[in-house]
Amino acid sequence: MAVVFDKPHALCDVPFHYCPGCTHGIVHRLVAEVIDELGIEGKTIGIAPVGCSVMAYDYFECDMIEAAHGRAPAVATGVKRANPNNIVFTYQGDGDLASIGTAETVHAAARNENITVIFINNAIYGMTGGQMAPTSLPGQVTQTSPYGRDPKLCGYPVRVCEMLSELEGPEYLERVTVNSVKNVKNAKKAIKKAFQNQIDGKGFSLIEVVSSCPTNWGMTPENALKWIDTNMLPYYPLGVYKDRSNKEGK
Amino acid sequence: MAKLTFKTDLCKGCGLCVNACPKNVLKLSQDKINKKGHHPVEAVNEKDCIACAFCATMCPDCIIKVER
Repeated sequence: MAVVFDKPHALCDVPFHYCPGCTHGIVHRLVAEVIDELGIEGKTIGIAPVGCSVMAYDYFECDMIEAAHGRAPAVATGVKRANPNNIVFTYQGDGDLASIGTAETVHAAARNENITVIFINNAIYGMTGGQMAPTSLPGQVTQTSPYGRDPKLCGYPVRVCEMLSELEGPEYLERVTVNSVKNVKNAKKAIKKAFQNQIDGKGFSLIEVVSSCPTNWGMTPENALKWIDTNMLPYYPLGVYKDRSNKEGK
Repeated sequence: MAKLTFKTDLCKGCGLCVNACPKNVLKLSQDKINKKGHHPVEAVNEKDCIACAFCATMCPDCIIKVER
């Protein structure tokens, strides 16, 4: 019998610690599949963040480094500059990349560092128990906004792709989601392109993956995926926000 | 003829695969409990499976192997 689908080789054969229905697992698998398909497992170095995916270093077969909170792009910069032949990616959540690590992210993008950033945006601080994140939606109920996020008090959520697209630096910025089979396949294409850009020496690629957090949103996994469609995507529209190779090609 | 293999003890019973299946092949077991304490997924009518691997695509824990 031909194998249609199996666990990718670059993903370790250990159980994930994530909650039931958490889309971190899907994105981990997509990254591992891309590493397999590009044949770069032996020379890839991943940078794990702080947040729910803090233990991502346990799940990838490639070398991994744990960075201080939010500093993954800075660590990746050092790793890539010291080892330009290695493929370096960071895997970060919204509390890591869009909050404490905003400066590192913006400046890594501005310098067009030749790294790949996988950014998981689930609009909440998952690991610490569901507090309001910079990406939480207006009106969203969290542990620290029990009456819903009030933009007058807390400001509006940060749209990372739009923000970075104003910079000259980054090569490729795309927002995808993983709430359906079709979207998962599109997300994989985007992640593959982000890694390919790095192999081609093009520069900074960031893929924002709009994800779910069933536990802290207080929903079933199925309803959480529907909530992405109804609430997240209107505020965080999918699409390519910057693609310099495409622009120059026209 | 398609064949589905599950790492049953790693299933967290989230049900995303059940919703993704276009042929209603999968169901969360109502009478079994795995090592993690969840009701794991099982194939109730595997003969209808078309090996589209939609279930495995949506499985966050990578427990499904699809063969054809």
